[in-house]
Amino acid sequence: QKATVEVLDHLEHLALVDFRDAEGVERLQKAIQFAEQLHEVNTDGVEPMDSVLEDRCLYLREDDVTEGNCTNELLKNAREKVEEYFVAPPGNIPLPKLEERETFLQGS
Amino acid sequence: WVPVVGLEIHAQISSNSKLFSGSQVQFAAAPNSLVSFFDASLPGTLPVLNRRCVEAAVMTGLALNCSINKRSLFDRKHYFYADLPAGYQITQQRVPIAVNGSLSYSLCIDNKMSQMVTKTVRIKQIQLEQDSGKSLHDDTRNQTLVDLNRAGRLGLFSCFSPPFCPDMCCGEEAAAAVRELQLILQTLGSSQAVMAEGQLRVDANVSVHHPGEHYGVRTEVKNINSLRFLAKAVDYEIQRQIEELENGGTILNETRAFDSKLGCTVPMRDKEGKQDYRFMPEPNLPPLILYDAKSLPANMNHQQVVNVDWIHERLPDLPSVKRAKLVERYGILPEHSFTLLNEDGLTEFFENVVKQTQMKPKKVIGWILNDLLSYLKQHSLIVKESPVSSFLLADLLNLLEKKEISSTAAKQVLAELWKGEGKTPFEIVKEKKLELIQDQKELEQICQAVIDGQENEVMAIKAGNQKVLNKLIGLVQRETQGRSNPVLVKQLLEKKLSE
Repeated sequence: QKATVEVLDHLEHLALVDFRDAEGVERLQKAIQFAEQLHEVNTDGVEPMDSVLEDRCLYLREDDVTEGNCTNELLKNAREKVEEYFVAPPGNIPLPKLEERETFLQGS
Repeated sequence: WVPVVGLEIHAQISSNSKLFSGSQVQFAAAPNSLVSFFDASLPGTLPVLNRRCVEAAVMTGLALNCSINKRSLFDRKHYFYADLPAGYQITQQRVPIAVNGSLSYSLCIDNKMSQMVTKTVRIKQIQLEQDSGKSLHDDTRNQTLVDLNRAGRLGLFSCFSPPFCPDMCCGEEAAAAVRELQLILQTLGSSQAVMAEGQLRVDANVSVHHPGEHYGVRTEVKNINSLRFLAKAVDYEIQRQIEELENGGTILNETRAFDSKLGCTVPMRDKEGKQDYRFMPEPNLPPLILYDAKSLPANMNHQQVVNVDWIHERLPDLPSVKRAKLVERYGILPEHSFTLLNEDGLTEFFENVVKQTQMKPKKVIGWILNDLLSYLKQHSLIVKESPVSSFLLADLLNLLEKKEISSTAAKQVLAELWKGEGKTPFEIVKEKKLELIQDQKELEQICQAVIDGQENEVMAIKAGNQKVLNKLIGLVQRETQGRSNPVLVKQLLEKKLSE
């Protein structure tokens, strides 16, 4: 399966990655091919495994307050703050459409 | 046109700490003060599930007739937003904790309380999921302020009626269903479900289509802050879609916000077409296993075990059961029980009055619903704030029962009691001289006087027109300033007229 321009564009939107050049796309293509080998295994009637932890017990915590109250420490990580709020840009700035942005994918 | 309404409801679980961390849960705390390293999504932190949230979800699932999944899974739902620092939300998309339930609610037909109809809405699923933080948009400075107190907060249930099962078709039904859900959650204690404090959030999915045809494109309506606005938003959106389609337009599969000031829905910014959430299993959380009486593990720390049967046995009476019990126990009408449960504290008030008075509950309910409740509504008070306590009202009703005052006088006394000046009903009756005249002779004299003064009416009665008797009774009442017992007066008049 080849990764089409639509798929690559979709990935750039979703994950905000940048397939900068032919090499980047080629690397992705190889990764897909490598993973596709999994399809050669017959998994009929086998439950998929999400995690090697699947047989472990999910630990349940008692409903006690044990953390929080460390505003100053947390805000030390913030580039900008206003009183005790983190500051972010005013909403998502969506990636422009394929035709309108400078990306390697344009030429493909 | 057939409107189809689906609801996505997020109820904040009532617990001390958050769903996946030990930070406190509290309304209106200082920004970012209830945030742990995990809630801030700092690298190296892991989610730890709160047992109380699991129990709350199971309780709610059982109360809503769901099948409880003994094995449920957690997933990540990815999207970018400033108030979601991890870039994903932990939820239960593939196998949630409870599925396929139902919620029954009642509606008055044509606004008449006397005609109630029961409807049922299907619940697709109940899932535990994280909440995001809160964004405050500062348009003047072109920035967004982010408070993560709510982040990772409680499990939210997201239970909704899927659009492919048309269970609700207008704003009124949607609001009634949500109201019943609120009462159920409050009764269970799983959520306080106060919409004004953001503990219950509702998004509506609305579409319209012609009967027999395919379902129409649906829009999602957000930013609904009260039950009243829910009904308005749904009805507005249905209307908007019908008008748009009748004018030859099309409906976009978009997200719209309800503008409460304008009473309409408007397209929301920041929503770019169809979202791809790239759901993936949450690798840090193994499956959630629940047990029942049969599958209880022998050698496990019981603090780690959630027993569905144990929870089922301890479910409190749900609102519908409470209502039925009230009707059976007190002989009141179903619509009365509906109102009693709908007002916080009113059932308790009613039952306290009944306990303290000889008056029959069927009569008491009239005083509660017509007099007490209408007064409270007029003055925007809740039952707890009533200046007239159940004790005082019972006292008053006892005077009425013992026929020491007339029902008209009782209403006058009640009006005085509202002033909350600390006087007892007995004191007010004495003060305003409202006691019924007990002296038979005095009453007879007044009756005679009235008869003597109304020759025409007397002739009409003797000729067979009984209705005119009421006029005479009214005149006696006027003479006695409402202090005569109408039943007794009628007897006396009839006796005299037949002589």
